[in-house]
Amino acid sequence: MSLRSRLALVAVTVLAATPLTAEAHRQWITPSATVLSGDDPWVTFDAAISNDLFYPDHFPMQLENVVVTLPDGSVGAIENGATGKYRSVFDLHLTQPGTYRIASVNDGAFASYQQNGEQKRWRGKKDEIGTAIPADATDVKLTEAQGRVEVFVTRGAPTETALAATGKGLELVPVTHPNDLFAGEAATFKLLLDGQPAKGVEVAYVPGAARYRNESSEAKTTTGEDGAFTITWPSAGLFWIEAAVEGLPSAAIENAQRRAMYVAVFEVLNP
Amino acid sequence: MRIAIPALGLIAATPAAAANLTVTVDIPKLDVAEYHKPYVAIWVEKPDGAVAANLAVWYDTRLKEKEGEKWLKDIRQWWRRVGRELTFPVDGVSGPTRAPGVQTLDYAAGAAPLGDLAPGVYTLVVEAAREVGGRELVKIDFTWPAAAKAEAKGASELGAVTLEVK
Repeated sequence: MSLRSRLALVAVTVLAATPLTAEAHRQWITPSATVLSGDDPWVTFDAAISNDLFYPDHFPMQLENVVVTLPDGSVGAIENGATGKYRSVFDLHLTQPGTYRIASVNDGAFASYQQNGEQKRWRGKKDEIGTAIPADATDVKLTEAQGRVEVFVTRGAPTETALAATGKGLELVPVTHPNDLFAGEAATFKLLLDGQPAKGVEVAYVPGAARYRNESSEAKTTTGEDGAFTITWPSAGLFWIEAAVEGLPSAAIENAQRRAMYVAVFEVLNP
Repeated sequence: MRIAIPALGLIAATPAAAANLTVTVDIPKLDVAEYHKPYVAIWVEKPDGAVAANLAVWYDTRLKEKEGEKWLKDIRQWWRRVGRELTFPVDGVSGPTRAPGVQTLDYAAGAAPLGDLAPGVYTLVVEAAREVGGRELVKIDFTWPAAAKAEAKGASELGAVTLEVK
């Protein structure tokens, strides 16, 4: 294989690892536990982009963009991070009582264009996009891509300080606490876009353990005027929740559209 | 309290001085490869699930570094209802795990940990969770302070549970 084609392959692989559309592979961070007791608990996480939930079968999630919000609202740190062939792993030491938010936050840019009759793609930081597109490019499509992939864990009683919205992109705020979910019970959350209620947004939810059943079991609901949506959990287990808003005007990049995506992994327990 | 009882229409079954709750819990002897005595929690809840009295939690209180508290969340429903709000150990409530056999517990009204229950309908809940084992909840409904005897049986992690109000 020539160096040139190897480079091309790498570029394609990186693109696949950071999907830009809802139809792409699923991103997730799964916790070893979400409800913890004792004075010194740890949680270990897997982070990947996969087809089936929650089996690492495609690409590891990169850990550079993982942000931990501690129960007191300050920024924490992951430990023992490592990236393997199909998944990344990391640990979190729960040194404070309360609820932690672990999020992989992406705020980047994407471009596709034609050059010399070839379709090309570029992905990078928003402030690089001005110099990334060649002068002779045609059919240029620019996208501002915001993404947030989250999971929550709680030591002791649930708290909400770490769940406060940042006001950027698509986010979820609790009505029901995300670490107080039980099979057969209804849970309500609100989606916010830039801190404002995101109404009429489709929310998909899919249970894990996909390998051991035939149905995809994906279900959908839509947010109301106040951005709220409600899910009655059909069973215990891990659930993958996904919502996206596309085709928004971008304030950050000229002539670009904005796409905002939100993913969470929730653990539902048996009552 | 005595004045309130006739108002609630509980006259027939209510002796004037009902004030004690006796609970027995049979911890079954299990033939398994690796046996650990179960973590058990006993509490009284209102019809809406709110905890009226947190009576007992048995866990590995003697492990170093409070290691036993790490597993309290496995008594899952108790942890949700009351455990997660507490600091351990809880006086008069926390205790070491108990061996298989029938355990008898007496609680007096007005004294911790039962305290003063308002007259009404309640559920006694016993939840057991065993290391490398299963988990089970046994519930008995009762009307306080009407004299009553009731029994319920677990199928796996708990044997017979009885309740007597007198």
